[in-house]
Amino acid sequence: MYVAVKGGEQAIDNAHSWLDETRRGDTSLQELSVDQIREQMTLAVDRVMTEGSLYDPELAALALKQASGDTIEAIFLLRAYRTTLPRFLSSVPVETSQMAIRRRISAVYKDLPGGQILGPTYDYTHRLLDFTLLANGERATETPPEDTVEDCPRVLDFLNYEGLIESPMPDSESHHSADSAEQASPADLTRQPLDFPANRDLRLQALARGDEGFLLALAYSTQRGYGRNHPFAGEIRQGDVAVKIAPEELGFPVIIGDIEVTECDMINQFAGSETQAPRFTRGYGLVFGNCERKTLAMALVDRALRCRELGEDQVSPAQDEEFVLSHCDNLDSSGFVSHLKLPHYVDFQSELVLLRRLRKEFNERKSGSSQQPANVKATSDNKQEKNSDNQKRREASQA
Amino acid sequence: MSTEALAQTSDNRTESTGYNFAYLDEQTKRMIRRCLLKAVAVPGYQVPFGGREMPLPYGWGTGGMQVTAAVIGQDDVLKVIDQGADDTTNAVSIRRFFARTAGVATTESTREANLIQTRHRIPETPLSPGQILVYQVPIPEPLRFIEPRETETRKMHALQEYGVMHVKLYEDIARFGHIATTYAYPVKVNGHYVMDPSPIPKFDNPKMDGSPALQLFGAGREKRVYAIPPYTRVESLDFEDHPFEIQGWDQTCAFCGSDHSFLDEVVIDDENGRMFICSDTDYCNQRLSDGARTEAL
Repeated sequence: MYVAVKGGEQAIDNAHSWLDETRRGDTSLQELSVDQIREQMTLAVDRVMTEGSLYDPELAALALKQASGDTIEAIFLLRAYRTTLPRFLSSVPVETSQMAIRRRISAVYKDLPGGQILGPTYDYTHRLLDFTLLANGERATETPPEDTVEDCPRVLDFLNYEGLIESPMPDSESHHSADSAEQASPADLTRQPLDFPANRDLRLQALARGDEGFLLALAYSTQRGYGRNHPFAGEIRQGDVAVKIAPEELGFPVIIGDIEVTECDMINQFAGSETQAPRFTRGYGLVFGNCERKTLAMALVDRALRCRELGEDQVSPAQDEEFVLSHCDNLDSSGFVSHLKLPHYVDFQSELVLLRRLRKEFNERKSGSSQQPANVKATSDNKQEKNSDNQKRREASQA
Repeated sequence: MSTEALAQTSDNRTESTGYNFAYLDEQTKRMIRRCLLKAVAVPGYQVPFGGREMPLPYGWGTGGMQVTAAVIGQDDVLKVIDQGADDTTNAVSIRRFFARTAGVATTESTREANLIQTRHRIPETPLSPGQILVYQVPIPEPLRFIEPRETETRKMHALQEYGVMHVKLYEDIARFGHIATTYAYPVKVNGHYVMDPSPIPKFDNPKMDGSPALQLFGAGREKRVYAIPPYTRVESLDFEDHPFEIQGWDQTCAFCGSDHSFLDEVVIDDENGRMFICSDTDYCNQRLSDGARTEAL
């Protein structure tokens, strides 16, 4: 008759070993190596690093392998590892004008110092399935040119010479300036809970970690009129930058390594005011690796979220800081949505009890007499008192 | 490389797992304990804390786990329940997590445990002084479904602006003839803060009032902790003419015959056959070993 719900422990073990088997797939085929994923699935690795907020291509590739290619599961693995790592210090702000550039485009000037470099991009490819790849017929590739670091000024700085655009660090936020050695360290939502209203540093961190799909949809909504902000892709650049730290006892910065980043500077309209000449405003996006779509989305949403600071009406979802920041993290959302899979017997039973009672009362009202057999009896607060009396008695006897 | 880096910075690492005792590093635990102290000092107030990412998904008990990790010691005996039962999969998973990362003793007995992590239930066996009950909380803000904005709800708590909550309960009565909240039923703690007791059935609400145990609440995704110190007044919101009442059943437990515990309904056939059993498995087993029997079996 009744099968007890025992055996959770054994069931979990069995599920996990079945999972391992499924992940491995057909054993007559060679196992996928972490190196292969790192080298040949780079865009997946980059997304996992970005939203996992840990720059480590090898671990990101491992996470992807372990997660059977499920990006969000891989991000979860990387985040859960990252959270156990000690935090020694904050780096000096990364200088993206000093970059070994792989790709650099601007949609606002035809040509400009530093040039337009298309780099390795899917843009302008015709999305036709390449059946040579299916036949394992990879064409020989040319060796890419050596990356060299050159001083390459940012496009928005050209506009800034004329004052046509706001400076990247508005006065109100200059306390985060890189110049001072005793700069306030930037906010970190992995250490401090998110607090509203949030400053831009915190917002940018949340967006950088935020789900690409969610941000993309929000960014798209601004383009369709829900918080329109007239964007131009001022500059997108991708390449390697040096990460520097300045330990207190050393007194000067030292390079600890290079990371690959993609940066997007968006130029947006601004009408100006009585006291301020009209000028363009900015939206900013920065990610690990090559997640260009994400940087564009991030820059659009960043700009939309600046509505309060710029005195614009807040009317659209993308402009609503609490809405965007509370829902952009895909571990928050996937965790909470998937927790619906956990047992809810007790809550459901509570609802059943109430629903049966309401239906019984409904039927009684309708027919004027009781017809339905009742599963439920109303319990008055007398019983509650009785319970707490019992409890007191039990306590007394224990004492 | 990674494990080396970890080893250099830890003071309390268990050899078997490569992680610190009870997973979290000591600085994080200290931060959480400070927040818990504040929570105990201001009963029912939601204290923001720097919640960490746990190796379990958000919504699966990460808040409760962080609270447990922060307060657990080597000599503690841990019990973990979900829906009142020790053998539900997520309870098994969390109990294993602490057995593995902290190496503590675990139990299914409410009396033997001094630390109990729970989801959706308070044990039927009355708690005793010195015990700590840790609740897993999905949405800590009782006003959230009335006012989605954190900036607003914070003000409402500060000003004890709880009229909207009573309006909501009144609307239930106007519509259904009863207050239609059956779980996560809001309570007022120590005469000030309205608090979400987590999604326990309202059946369990009276157990919170004046409990000799320390009750701690952890919401991982929302990064909030709150607390009810021992012997604190906890009132379920109601009206004079619609007093708070708890659920009851016509049936008794099919195993132990209990007529006073929360019963889960089990569907036993496809002809509308039903059976009712204690949701608290330990309580049911206790009663059975104490000689309680039922004719229903």
